[in-house]
Amino acid sequence: MKRYIFIESRDPFESRDTQFVEDTAVAVKERGHEVTVFLVQNGVLAARTSVRRLGRLAEAGVTLLADDFSLRERGIRADELAPGIRESGIDALVDALVQENTKALWH
Amino acid sequence: MKERRLTLALMDPPYESANSTTALRIISAALAKGIDVNVFAYEGAVCLPLKDQAPHANPVKGTTVEQEEHPTTKAFISSLLEIGKDTPVLTWVNCGLCVDERGAGNVVEGVKRGSPADFFKMATESTNTLVIPTK
Repeated sequence: MKRYIFIESRDPFESRDTQFVEDTAVAVKERGHEVTVFLVQNGVLAARTSVRRLGRLAEAGVTLLADDFSLRERGIRADELAPGIRESGIDALVDALVQENTKALWH
Repeated sequence: MKERRLTLALMDPPYESANSTTALRIISAALAKGIDVNVFAYEGAVCLPLKDQAPHANPVKGTTVEQEEHPTTKAFISSLLEIGKDTPVLTWVNCGLCVDERGAGNVVEGVKRGSPADFFKMATESTNTLVIPTK
């Protein structure tokens, strides 16, 4: 088993490429790997309950983290996050990046 | 404990994208954890540590240079290089060809000049490598 971290920085309403990251994250998870999607910058706009974007990632068992700094910059409160998405600091991303056997992809 | 080292490849020029801010936050957090960090700055990112950057006033708001406290990326990088001068170590390498193309050779102290071969070496010697490309 490998660990994968997908770092999503893009607004889902700006780029349909974000769908590719979602599809890939689910596919990798289905192959038995540990998968985290870390939302940062405009990527956190997908984290709001009202958007209803990332439910299938949570259902697939992908760990979903949203960068606290990016949330604050955009006025998104922790209680607005969709189920399965946790507010997180950049420290958590660094910890994940330096784990052995981890592949990281920035989008 | 096994030595941990993180390599980042950056490509965005300063004041263009939030990618630069996030990259600097990652570097800062990693150094705070005692993790060595390598940065390979490519394309426009070689201008991040440019010494000629100057903070400015904001005529729209009517604020002075002092009031505005405009942050420059060169100041952030100088601070990070100061933190990472011993243990942990921050190594910042600017791509030499990218520097020459942009006339961006006047950089803050501690920034080195190199080539993609340095990036390859950094990546092979690191726990992990994160490439942050332009959009």
